[in-house]
Amino acid sequence: MTYLEFLKIYGPQFVGGSITTAMQALLAAALAIMIAIAAGLMRLSKNRLVYGTATVYIEVFRGTSLLVQLYWIFFVLPLFGLSLEKFTAGYIAVGMNLGAYGAELVRGGILSVPRGQWEAATALSMSPAKRMIRIIFPQAFLNMLPPWGNLLIELLKGTALVALISVADLMFVARKINGSTYLSAQAFGSALIIYYIMSRTLVTPFMRWLELVMNRKLGKV
Amino acid sequence: MKTSLKDYPLQLKDDQVPMVRFQNVTKRYGDLLVLDSLNLDVQEGEMVTIIGPSGSGKTTVLRMLMALEQINSGVIYVDGEPMTHMVRNGSLTWSDSKYLRRQRLNIGMCFQHFNLFPHMTALENCIEAPIQVLGLSKIDAVKRAEDLLDMVGMLEKAHEHPSRLSGGQQQRVAIARSLAMRPKVMLFDEVTSALDPEVIGEVTQVIRKLVEKHHLTMLMVTHQMGFAREISDRVCFFYDGKIEEQGTPDQLFGDPQSERTQQFLSAVLEAN
Amino acid sequence: MIMFDWRWSFVWEILPRLAKATGNTVLAALLGYGIAMVLGLIFALAQRTPFPYLNRMIRESVEFIRSTPLVLQIFFVFYVGPQFGIMLSPWTAGMIAIGLHYASYLSEVYRAGIDSVPRGQWEAATALSLSTIRTYSRIIIPQAVPTAFAGMGNYLVGIFKDTPMLSVIGVAELMHTANAIGSEHYRFLEPYTLVGLIFLVISLPTAAGLRRAEAKIRKRMGLRPL
Repeated sequence: MTYLEFLKIYGPQFVGGSITTAMQALLAAALAIMIAIAAGLMRLSKNRLVYGTATVYIEVFRGTSLLVQLYWIFFVLPLFGLSLEKFTAGYIAVGMNLGAYGAELVRGGILSVPRGQWEAATALSMSPAKRMIRIIFPQAFLNMLPPWGNLLIELLKGTALVALISVADLMFVARKINGSTYLSAQAFGSALIIYYIMSRTLVTPFMRWLELVMNRKLGKV
Repeated sequence: MKTSLKDYPLQLKDDQVPMVRFQNVTKRYGDLLVLDSLNLDVQEGEMVTIIGPSGSGKTTVLRMLMALEQINSGVIYVDGEPMTHMVRNGSLTWSDSKYLRRQRLNIGMCFQHFNLFPHMTALENCIEAPIQVLGLSKIDAVKRAEDLLDMVGMLEKAHEHPSRLSGGQQQRVAIARSLAMRPKVMLFDEVTSALDPEVIGEVTQVIRKLVEKHHLTMLMVTHQMGFAREISDRVCFFYDGKIEEQGTPDQLFGDPQSERTQQFLSAVLEAN
Repeated sequence: MIMFDWRWSFVWEILPRLAKATGNTVLAALLGYGIAMVLGLIFALAQRTPFPYLNRMIRESVEFIRSTPLVLQIFFVFYVGPQFGIMLSPWTAGMIAIGLHYASYLSEVYRAGIDSVPRGQWEAATALSLSTIRTYSRIIIPQAVPTAFAGMGNYLVGIFKDTPMLSVIGVAELMHTANAIGSEHYRFLEPYTLVGLIFLVISLPTAAGLRRAEAKIRKRMGLRPL
């Protein structure tokens, strides 16, 4: 059959898989961002316990592979009493893994805010919390955006692994179609193209738009 | 000779309580002694200028007063109350951060590099702390900020971001921002050193206005000798972490006693 | 209640098998990285030809590989071959896929490294009549190395951690072996945990060592420390 016929028959399945992938990516991203902010701030603390806990978390999740973490969360955690549904296990693993990388970006972004800003806020008697939320973090945010763009693409790619614990995402669909039709180039090729479209036409422009908004807020536009 | 904290009063209660008192203040950075048992009083409404070569400790004096860093020994008093220390169980201990924040409300500081918040307009810069720290309503904060921006001549640009303002304009906004907190003491840390020569006048004009009309207590570190001579009540020449010589502008500039002062002044005149 | 039932006897039983698989993992990583280093250089240089259309095409292809999941690319290479009559062993297919994927990452790293060399260096080389090859090999690339080193180090650790994806097409590396052990004995706790620990034990010191090596290189070349 031609490629167009292929798409007509299997298109809906691809769409279904893509939606699941998108959901996995969004949930994982939300989790990763929250973890990254928390762990990043913890890594700036002078308290040894706080700093140490965050460091251990980051080193463990960056030092092992996502696939291993995914399998561990889905297959081993139940032995400790925490049984997760595969969909949940999927985005939690991806979120926790990329949150560890994100934490370093958050920390770097905050450290890149000029010292004078910290001093000016202190001179105005602002409390550390107010200073961070109103003055430092907004400026750190803009500095963080470019590397976060890359990280979010890595996150999207990472979600493909959840197919290996049978979550019905885009890659799962591609494998299924390959299994029944043996039209590997069409099945896997289409999936590759869809992933590509998602990262280049959704993630990248979104990040650029966000950068534009932030630059406007800083009066640079 | 080490004095213990017991030798320091818990509160200053003389007839003429100085607005600022440094008592035996020492500050070290590692092995480097930057302030050497400094004793300095600033009376209310007095305008004191600090001059000296780099490394003499002059900027450190302001930074210690604002408690941006901690001193090693001695006590700093502001308006009679200790600032670096607080009173607990009838004796002095190091201040905790909450106490420091409250004491900092008495002091305003303007920096060499302005340090305006880039993601806020000039007006927003000036209302931020009054709202967040003093708890003013937005209406009151805006009114106060607009009056101050008007005083420094920046009311027209109230809705511009710092990136759209020149150095002189930014520094004037920074002064308004500090004044919005109604501090008792204003600190100026080389506020014209980062400015192009043609805009220095804008800023010195504002400071002149503050001296003449508002009688704020002020400490200024500067390289602008002419300006210092013109508006100061007292000039201190710092050398090696100590006050080498101090006096009225006429005394210090006109008839310096110490050799080091003479050397410094002639070198500065050379450069100009 | 935590049902913590760690069996050390089981650990000793499976350790030899895991050790052998670790060897395969390291081999796969190094082989794949070697391919990626060479291919990546070709990709990077192929974007600097005098033909803008070719440059653009190569660039888009590289972007395509970088922006899509490695695990999907592994499946693609493994299954597409047979569809058109070419039989690839899991190892071959895996090495091709992972080599291509990391080549696209490294080509970016090389590109950034080469771009970081000041324009004046190129001009000086031209003024001295150095050939293109000499310019690249003696002037440009040595100066590109410190900048590129950090990125290259990261991807070395990265490729090592991505080898488990090869398990999906049957390459007998760590993850695959752990899966096999797990299904044979119905126990996943020890195999998966050990795999995790083995990765940590290899990747953390490697990453630390690379950071130290980078500092040394910068020092050697008279650059300011980071």
